[in-house]
Amino acid sequence: MRVSEHPILGALPEAESVTIYFDGQPIPARAGEPIAAALMNAGIRAFRTTAKRHEPRGIFCAIGRCTDCMMIVDGVPNTRTCVTLVRDGMQVETQHGLAAMRTEEDKA
Amino acid sequence: MREITTDIAVIGAGSAGLSAAYQAASAGADVLVIDENHLPGGQLFKQIHKFFGSRAHQAGTRGFQIGQELLERVQKSGARVWLDTLVYGIERDCSLGVIHDGAHYVVRAKKVIVATGAKENYMAFPGSTLPGVMGAGAAQTMVNVNRVLPGKRVVMLGSGNVGLIVSYQLMQAGADVVALVEAAPEIGGYAVHAGKLRRAGVPILVGHTITRVTGDGQVERVEIAQVDKQFNPIPGTERVLEADTVCLAVGLNPMTELVWMAGCKFCFIPAFGGHVPMHDGNMETTVPGLYVAGDVTGVEEASSAMEEGNLAGVCAAHALGLLTDEQAADKKAEINARLDALRAGLFGERRRTAKQQQLDAMQAEQGGNDHVG
Amino acid sequence: MWGDPNKLSRDNLQKEDINPGVQYTGVPSQDELSRCPGVPTETRVKLGRVACIECVQEIPCNPCEGLCKFGAITIGEQITNLPRLHEDKCVGCGLCVAGCPGLAITILDRSYSDTEATIDFPFEYLPLPAVGDQVDAVDRAGQVVCKGRIVRVLRPASYAGTAVICMAIPHEYIDTVRSMKRLPRRD
Repeated sequence: MRVSEHPILGALPEAESVTIYFDGQPIPARAGEPIAAALMNAGIRAFRTTAKRHEPRGIFCAIGRCTDCMMIVDGVPNTRTCVTLVRDGMQVETQHGLAAMRTEEDKA
Repeated sequence: MREITTDIAVIGAGSAGLSAAYQAASAGADVLVIDENHLPGGQLFKQIHKFFGSRAHQAGTRGFQIGQELLERVQKSGARVWLDTLVYGIERDCSLGVIHDGAHYVVRAKKVIVATGAKENYMAFPGSTLPGVMGAGAAQTMVNVNRVLPGKRVVMLGSGNVGLIVSYQLMQAGADVVALVEAAPEIGGYAVHAGKLRRAGVPILVGHTITRVTGDGQVERVEIAQVDKQFNPIPGTERVLEADTVCLAVGLNPMTELVWMAGCKFCFIPAFGGHVPMHDGNMETTVPGLYVAGDVTGVEEASSAMEEGNLAGVCAAHALGLLTDEQAADKKAEINARLDALRAGLFGERRRTAKQQQLDAMQAEQGGNDHVG
Repeated sequence: MWGDPNKLSRDNLQKEDINPGVQYTGVPSQDELSRCPGVPTETRVKLGRVACIECVQEIPCNPCEGLCKFGAITIGEQITNLPRLHEDKCVGCGLCVAGCPGLAITILDRSYSDTEATIDFPFEYLPLPAVGDQVDAVDRAGQVVCKGRIVRVLRPASYAGTAVICMAIPHEYIDTVRSMKRLPRRD
């Protein structure tokens, strides 16, 4: 949910609207914001599943330190969505464990 | 690979780094500030409350406004700021490996000031990995910078100033704080911050902890319980709160990776968040020419970080001969007086003692070296 | 049932009737308030508008001293000293109310009318109430004690986002009421 009015920060400044795609589903976003913010605004909280127990995980630190928010962004796995800014047409995918890593066999 | 030379490189454009850059550039140094983020200011722009401290030094002004003024001063001082720029390594001679604008640089500076700040601690309990469990600082970033509510009903764990202030700011952004839970028998932060929460109807439950969080794929219920003197939950005291978000405000730890890599000697000071680099009264570490400032030297708060940055900037400029002994001594005395005021009183005692311990460790280290030498 | 914050705040560890002090509850105890050098006397509150500085913990902070143009608040060199109110010098202008980073200052006036007193308190939530609104007046622990009537809402740019709200309440609640209940958000 957007904080449109704020007692200290005032009204939300204007920003260009862009669209990103979360597992194929279009999500509205504000140009200049991190991917994680756009997803959170859309009510999406599970960004990836863990490698061992396949449990859902969302953001923890939001400053690019903890790597809990990693997703596959435009095909690039392990992208920190809390510090990566949205771009119109961006494809953001849920990352399952480290499955996004390609082995030599995959490439062959 | 391109090579850049400068008088002083500052790593981190937060409270400490910007202050250091301003002081050094004002003294005439060629200064390059490097930060990984796309916006400068570190955590300062997330602080929307009016700062405490002395009114002679901006107390009563909101953090983001202090940040804005500091940023303008830095821009006028002539310091260069490289954003979206990663420092991935530091050599023993203090040259930096840097990725800027997609290109690889080696930055050679006569003096390097590391002001990399701190990151939030995590606390494990059943369900602590569920989406919706996050650092209090993360929630603060979401509401105050990204203007997105991380949830509607929040349980905060930890009653230090971070827990108290972020709870208040979540309510200002429109969320409800169901309860603030603190394992210690007393509230850790300032009572006036706690008072704001209480007047808004938020219970502050000292002597309690979170025992588990449950929900279908995300936070839905938070079980809390009273704890005994050893901080173990007391069976039978459990209660369940309905909430969609859990914020952890259980301390921070310094981001010391680069300082370790540079070969600085460390000491262990729990009150400062763990291992912290030894430094002298000039903020210089055991590696000559490498200075530290702000939370990387031990977790305190933004005002102290700015003053340590000022100190490091002045001392580095002085070491380069850009300030006379007298000028440097005057500036240092002023800054140290302000630091002393910030570490005064009951609340400052722990930090004051910790800082002294850190300086003493450095002195012992240097004394030891002299002896051997 | 669980989930009701007001209900939770009243049970076991937070019994306000035996409030052991501000560092345990966030609410200053009667003992702490009676020793606090920022709290005006009952006599002074009866005479008219006066600041009530409920700052009972020694923290490094002194903006209030500088905000007062009448020298009615002193802290001194050591910025962890508690602010001292000189109630004879205070005119109840309210600049300190907006400027205190801890939101710990209110303006009390028991002379407002034969039945009503007023309290000016800082408020940093949206939406703001309008003049004439009936609101829930709350005590230091957020409990609703009575209805309040909004007399004035000030929010000049110099207050940096903090609103100072003047609210009329029955005389007998002047020592108890310290704020108003947050209004539901419009969105």
